[in-house]
Amino acid sequence: MRWSRTVVAAGLGVALRVALVGLGTAPSPAMADEAVKIGEINSYTGLPAFTLPYRNGWQMAVEEINEAGGVLGGRPIEVVSRDDDGKPEDAVRAATELLDNEKVVALAGTYFSHIGLAVADFALHHKILFIASEPLTDALTWDKGNRYTFRLRPNTYTQAAMLVEEAAKLPARRWATVAPNYEYGESAVASFKQLLKAKRPDVEFVAEQWPVQGRIDAGPVVQALAAAKPDAIFNVTFGADLAKFVREGSIRGLFDDRSVVSLLTAEPEYLDPLKAEAPEGWIVTGYPWDQIQTPAHQTFLDAYRKKFGEAPRLGSVVGYTTFKAIAAAINKAGSTDSDKLAEAMRGLSVASPFGDITFRPGDHQSTMGAFVGRLAVKDGHGVMVDWRYDDGAAYLPPDDVAAARRPKD
Amino acid sequence: MGFYVAQFLGGLAQASSLFIVASGLSIIFGVTRIVNFAHGTFYMVGAFVAYSIADRVAGAWGFWGGIATAALVAGGIGVALERLLLRRLYQSPALFQLLATFGVVLVGQDAVLAIWGPEDRLGPRAPGLAGRVHLLGQAIPHYDLFLIVLGPVVLGLLWLLFHRTRWGVLVRAATEDREMTAALGVDESRLFTTVLFLGALLAGLAGAIQLPREAVTLHMDVAVVVEAFVVVVVGGMGSVTGAFLAALLIGQLQAFGILLVPRITVVLAFLVMAIVLAIRPYGLLGRVPALPRGTADAVEPPLRPASPGLIAVALALTLVLAALPVFAGDYVLALASETLIMVLFAASLQFIMGPGGMMSFGHAAYFGLGAYGAGLVVKHFGATMVTGLVAAPLLAGLAALVFGWFCVRLSGVYLAMLTLAFAQIAWSVMFEWTAVTGGDNGILGVWPASWAATAAPFYELCLGLSIAALLLLRRIVFAPFGYAVRAGRDSPLRCEAIGIDVQRFQWLAFVIAGVLAGLAGGLFAYAKGSVFPTYLDVPVSVDGLVMVLLGGVQSLVGPIVGAVVFHGLETQLVRLTDYWRLVVGVIIILLVLAFPQGIAGALGGRLRSGRSGTGEAGR
Repeated sequence: MRWSRTVVAAGLGVALRVALVGLGTAPSPAMADEAVKIGEINSYTGLPAFTLPYRNGWQMAVEEINEAGGVLGGRPIEVVSRDDDGKPEDAVRAATELLDNEKVVALAGTYFSHIGLAVADFALHHKILFIASEPLTDALTWDKGNRYTFRLRPNTYTQAAMLVEEAAKLPARRWATVAPNYEYGESAVASFKQLLKAKRPDVEFVAEQWPVQGRIDAGPVVQALAAAKPDAIFNVTFGADLAKFVREGSIRGLFDDRSVVSLLTAEPEYLDPLKAEAPEGWIVTGYPWDQIQTPAHQTFLDAYRKKFGEAPRLGSVVGYTTFKAIAAAINKAGSTDSDKLAEAMRGLSVASPFGDITFRPGDHQSTMGAFVGRLAVKDGHGVMVDWRYDDGAAYLPPDDVAAARRPKD
Repeated sequence: MGFYVAQFLGGLAQASSLFIVASGLSIIFGVTRIVNFAHGTFYMVGAFVAYSIADRVAGAWGFWGGIATAALVAGGIGVALERLLLRRLYQSPALFQLLATFGVVLVGQDAVLAIWGPEDRLGPRAPGLAGRVHLLGQAIPHYDLFLIVLGPVVLGLLWLLFHRTRWGVLVRAATEDREMTAALGVDESRLFTTVLFLGALLAGLAGAIQLPREAVTLHMDVAVVVEAFVVVVVGGMGSVTGAFLAALLIGQLQAFGILLVPRITVVLAFLVMAIVLAIRPYGLLGRVPALPRGTADAVEPPLRPASPGLIAVALALTLVLAALPVFAGDYVLALASETLIMVLFAASLQFIMGPGGMMSFGHAAYFGLGAYGAGLVVKHFGATMVTGLVAAPLLAGLAALVFGWFCVRLSGVYLAMLTLAFAQIAWSVMFEWTAVTGGDNGILGVWPASWAATAAPFYELCLGLSIAALLLLRRIVFAPFGYAVRAGRDSPLRCEAIGIDVQRFQWLAFVIAGVLAGLAGGLFAYAKGSVFPTYLDVPVSVDGLVMVLLGGVQSLVGPIVGAVVFHGLETQLVRLTDYWRLVVGVIIILLVLAFPQGIAGALGGRLRSGRSGTGEAGR
């Protein structure tokens, strides 16, 4: 049976090749001017609309850090970036590789909540710092929080709380909700309901729709919402679902004489595709990059446009700030030791394009806020008007209350 | 009352859209028997082309001209696909073309990203149809009414094409009996090219007409292809009218289902498919397919026991692998563990697909339930790893026992789609039952016990269990049970005649495959430290299929080669390039062209026929 021998030999060759991949990267002792490696994982192929501007953001931050002399007295930062293909198991594999082969001192990134949670659990198990930049699930820093995991973006609860403040001012009493049927949508709706009821005991929720993420059947969903005759609607859908919902809703008159409060809708990633059809008057969270006048943001904006020739997205700010925070933590710790880094992250203050933010020592959540305003259409594009910046610190539960929700270390 | 009418019309509009994309798929399958994964790619390309034209050329010309051009472009891609790729694979084992079209899907995703960029695009509304009418107090978009008319019009045109033209008669003849049609002097290859053109054209049209209704995104292809398959199978494969009925049924159930149980949309179509297939094994209007004659897989050369040479090589390989921790780092060991788990998963699938003769599009169910078996006992009972690894195959085996009972009653693509339906139902239970399973945030903290906490012992555990499972499968295949299963695959009638209960043996084989996939899933959970519903989802089933087909369905070495090659390619290329999907896709296409029997299958066949001088059956 010569053939099977050939096959097995081929298999053996592949196996050896796989094995040899590991041999090329023997560990070497740290040098004074050797780069400090940071591992970065995100859904580059799965969600390029978010992750490509995000990558621009962190590349710019790394360049700035290294031009300013790097960290730990002159060591440059080097980022090793990996695609997780939108799968938690691939993210964990990438984390293993980054940790073992590349000897990174910290991990950063992720977009989807479940991937963020998988990497956070990996970080706890392998005792390495992880800065989750984008995942929004409350669990990441609260119910499933751990010693080595920190999060930059305001979580679902906080953003819902910001919107509730506006929602409570509306005369509307009958509310309907529409949200993608996974944890993000569920926790956004749950937080919104709970917080709005606390402020306005007279409101009632008369309908809810849970379309499948990415596959909303917008016509029937719009009809079903309209049939409940709500005064106002809380929307959590985003991306392609949002576009479909907006189109069907406006053509069927769902938004006529109704208030809509909507999460994430004015983030450029989701707003730009709507162009002139951006629904005017919606109360939204987002990022009015063209109108923020603070010096911190202006510097960021100018540098970004000069480098990439396009406007930043929210992802760009997220990527930029994440790596600024990591560099600050390494310098504060004066070391690349995981426990010292985690300790340095607690209470760390960093300058972001949105102003100074702090990673709260109790629950590891940063106080980065969000912009809340109304949508309008100007020159054929959706823009935010009457907006304000809400600091996360003002809407998060107190640090000790939040810390009590975390598992004990 | 008006509300229900509006909901009904919304359902009709959705049904029309579904029907147009599904009809193309059904026509392609009916004639060529190709399970065309790339159908979603045609759909996506259609949408993007229509968008680009409508974006540049304002007004009615840009919009309607864009739709027409998009359909033609998609049709052209279909022709190219048939001429350059599929044509070379008609003599391959069943489903092998699926692998080629999977390669095309990967290439298509990156090509569209490279051409059109990452952003979602929202096209213009239809000129002249941008408004709404009021009907019984409800607003109905004009465009919905247009779609409601378009579906039946397409159905009518297809009917005329198939019943009133010579081409249509030939296509119907080929659908009924491909070999007889060819024997009567019909140029099969021209027929196939035109059928691919028509099918792809319909997919492109379906994508293009969605322009006023939804954003054009990079995810359209995968989202639509599964749904289109469901419609085709519920309707009966190859039956265009059946696809129309199925689209109506699913469209209406979706429209009214969200009123009663808003959360059901996630799984409704699959529930419908499972129920329809349980009652009508060939779909609503499908016919019992005629047995194919003279294709490559009509007569399988029997499997042979391992020779002393193979045993020696396998032993040597095992020793080398066992010694791997001596010279490899943690990451290589983790990667090797993962590859072994994939080998086990692929081998369990190959066991039912090869010897068992049962295609499965839903093998991820048992892999994922295995992972959940381990995860759930850890989460709820704080169980040890050994308990977890016992619970994993148990839960998966139990599911295979129940699902398998239904599945073995079907055959061919219907069986495969029923396994997919059960996998999606299992997925939705894990996804929705948050109190028990943690929903989409999954189960965390499923790490190995302290004795296997480092990479080396865990790797040895994976190696030991995988090899034991592979030997067990080999033993089963060559045991009387295995002979009975293989006999049932090759000649069910003769088997029944000599008193073998074919379905019962298939059922048992299904359970064995489920148990071993569950074991793989359990190991995977500990390798990753967490369990998520995505482990049961379609991409995992597709990965399994790709590994088995790439290696060679009928070779016991096949899944090992397939898993090592595919998993190795994916994990290594993803580190090297942003366009890794493109590279993986191209490599798969090249491998498919170089080894039309699968890698191991082709090497085996070539050497065997070279030595004995007998060509393979059907060549």
